[in-house]
Amino acid sequence: MNVSSYLRLVKTDGQVIGALGDPTRREIFELLSEGPASVGDLAALVPVSRPAVSQHLRVLKDAGLVLDERDGTRRIYRLDPDGVAEMRAYLDRFWKLAMASFKQRVEQRREDTT
Amino acid sequence: MSTTVSTPVEVSIDVDAPIGEAFDVFTRDIASWWPAEHHILQAELAEMVFEPRVGGQIIDRGVDGSECRWARVLAYDPPDRVVFSWDVSLAWQVETDASRTSDVEVRFTSLASDRTRVDLVHRHIERHGEGWEQMHGAVGSPEGWTVGLDRFARRVATGSADVPT
Repeated sequence: MNVSSYLRLVKTDGQVIGALGDPTRREIFELLSEGPASVGDLAALVPVSRPAVSQHLRVLKDAGLVLDERDGTRRIYRLDPDGVAEMRAYLDRFWKLAMASFKQRVEQRREDTT
Repeated sequence: MSTTVSTPVEVSIDVDAPIGEAFDVFTRDIASWWPAEHHILQAELAEMVFEPRVGGQIIDRGVDGSECRWARVLAYDPPDRVVFSWDVSLAWQVETDASRTSDVEVRFTSLASDRTRVDLVHRHIERHGEGWEQMHGAVGSPEGWTVGLDRFARRVATGSADVPT
């Protein structure tokens, strides 16, 4: 994982700074930088309970730092790849622009034909 | 930063046109409104074709004859709904692995005879990142770190450095 991209985020985003301010959360984040893991995997590696790990993961998820996905009965957490976040930001901008263009076109066409 | 990449991108607008016309312009006349600089061809964009059927594709053609098939039509229900895949990778290439593509659903709702709500949802964007970390990890470690972390977790759990696999 490109940790420097996260350090960039840390500098620019208050919520991310808060999410990584807690030492245990920081440790969980660093473990996830080594690879995807379940709550159980992580709870075996940090000195806090499973529910506490889940709570920390929720904070990291809300800060946009980690993703989760279901794998059978487990939920696997992974770092949010920087590239995907950028693509999402691009698509958010793109669709606003494209939909405005679509509206203009469909209404213009109507004016032309009536 | 309250959204994650797994949050869909959603855009809704109302247009002053009947539902059938809104649907047709969105699909068959896609080239008339698509922001022309947004394509992944090397050449300048000459035309866009939306094949109006499930299994059809959206095709960009360049002025030099090059072609880019970057979307598969997954649902085509005029005038209510269309769904297509977004087969563009993080490296801005056509993504051939369908498990690493996102999809765009567009719903059309008639508000009046000449007014239509258009709701666009681009979801599963996070799928574009599938395998991204594995590729990255494979560079740093001969066995990849997914295996490494699992092994580390087992070792911690059992207190043994040599866990039979």
